[in-house]
Amino acid sequence: MNLLRVRVQRPWRLAAEVSALLIAAAVAFPLYWMVLSAFEPAGEIESDRPRPWTLSPSLDAFRRVFGQQEFGRYFANSLIVSGTVVAVSAVIAFLAATAVTRFRFRFRTTLLIMFLVAQTVPVEALTIPLFFLMRDAGQLNTLGSLILPHIAFSLPFAIWMLRGFVKAVPEALEEAAYLDGASRGRFLWQILFPLVFPGLVATSVFSFISAWNDFLFAKSFIISDTSQSTLPMALLVFYKPDEPDWGGVMAASTVMTIPVLVFFVLVQRRLVSGLGGAVKD
Amino acid sequence: MPRPRGGAADVTAPRPLERGVGWTPWLYLAPALVVLGGLLVYPVYQLGLISLFRYTQAQVSGGEPAAFRGAGNYADLFSDSQFWQVLLATVVFAGACVVSTLVVGCALAVLLTRVRAVPRLALMLAALGAWATPAVTGSTVWLFLFDPDFGPVNRVLGLGDHSWTYGRYSAFFLVLLEVVWCSFPFVMVTVYAGIRAVPSEVLEAAALDGASQWRIWRSVLAPMLRPILTVVTIQSVIWDFKVFTQIYVITNGGGIAGQNLVLNVYAYQQAFASSQYGLGSAIGVVMLLILLAVTLVYLRLLRRQGEEL
Repeated sequence: MNLLRVRVQRPWRLAAEVSALLIAAAVAFPLYWMVLSAFEPAGEIESDRPRPWTLSPSLDAFRRVFGQQEFGRYFANSLIVSGTVVAVSAVIAFLAATAVTRFRFRFRTTLLIMFLVAQTVPVEALTIPLFFLMRDAGQLNTLGSLILPHIAFSLPFAIWMLRGFVKAVPEALEEAAYLDGASRGRFLWQILFPLVFPGLVATSVFSFISAWNDFLFAKSFIISDTSQSTLPMALLVFYKPDEPDWGGVMAASTVMTIPVLVFFVLVQRRLVSGLGGAVKD
Repeated sequence: MPRPRGGAADVTAPRPLERGVGWTPWLYLAPALVVLGGLLVYPVYQLGLISLFRYTQAQVSGGEPAAFRGAGNYADLFSDSQFWQVLLATVVFAGACVVSTLVVGCALAVLLTRVRAVPRLALMLAALGAWATPAVTGSTVWLFLFDPDFGPVNRVLGLGDHSWTYGRYSAFFLVLLEVVWCSFPFVMVTVYAGIRAVPSEVLEAAALDGASQWRIWRSVLAPMLRPILTVVTIQSVIWDFKVFTQIYVITNGGGIAGQNLVLNVYAYQQAFASSQYGLGSAIGVVMLLILLAVTLVYLRLLRRQGEEL
């Protein structure tokens, strides 16, 4: 890598760095504008000349958001749904990824292809049969109706990604563990699992986002008991296409984005190194 | 399925875990298979089944029995000019999203390797921020940026109260911008991690042998990056073909008179807004088949390249 960098001439590197910074600013701008607008008093948001700063930061919009009935409840529901989806699908995907990478058995390749194909299923179209399934199982209006489908939808991608991580653990380690008298289960949970953990973190990012983002299932499966609803529904209370309360929408958006941002910052290193590990064989 | 030929991966030396394999892999797979079977495979089967019936509000509430229509829903669909228009729009829009995402993502990944730590961290953090933004909030934020009355974009560009969501192409363009914004980071981070994973000795050896920069890229880096590039391409295709939330929120459910519909939103609207569950399911099936075809073409390519699964 050093070699690539040494070769770059000085003025070019400077130009590259300036453009990197400008692009970073442009990419971050929507988020900056979201936070800024959330803190602006209503008069400034609706002014003819928007300024890239605010003269009098105000918490009015946040007060409106949290004053809205059960916003805290929605927030907690979102955390419960996403947390459960991440934890459960991580364990299930870890077991499945171990099976398809460390064993040779009939239908192994077929299964792998099926996991890839499973990712192509258009989730939105499945809302129809899933609705009937949840209704018949008595799961409508429960968090379970949001958790269960998201576990299923995040699994194929998680297994597909985790393969590389499990593969990267040397088999000699396994042999050594058995020579030391470890059982297969012990090896799986006490040696393999911690080693694959960075990979689990990287894949968890995807399952977390898909569950945290979901507004279609929340909209379709939580119909009468709104206490079981999630954040995207709370956001849409402020967003009415005809006369949106932009301050409220941006404040709610900020509140909804922050947990994901925190999660990303926490796992940032592992995500970057993880994605490299996932795709190199 | 035959195993891929050749390559070190094909050597089947006795592997430690394989002592007394038997049912063990299936035991490990059981939870995944149960969940996928119940919540993915079975619903897909149901989707196919519903697509063959007349299924509207009356049938959902149990007032009338579902009437078997055979291919009736499909016949209705294929004779409807709106369907073909939506199909074309989906393919063009998804294609544009995939190409833009890949170009931007790869270009920025290369840029990342050319700069020092501070600009690199700045770009990385900004990209992670865009990536982390939930689709719903990302969509409302972009809508706000381009709002005709209060958005900063029109002010800066001096466009007055020009509405971006009013015109068909400008609305699609707005959604495309947002989709690229939130999905290029995956490509950038993955490709960057891939470039970094190339051992520097390999590059040094190539340089010592007198290879030019271009030659190093073409003969050393590109083949090593190919698995990564195929992964990000297929993921982009799968994701961009299924874009839902961004279109739904930004164009308010598919644009004026449905001008911004893509198959996904169209299926949802038919099913839940018009209570045409049978027709909506038929659209879902068509979409599934298209994505399946794309995936199979990709798998063939992988096999021809001799990749191991």
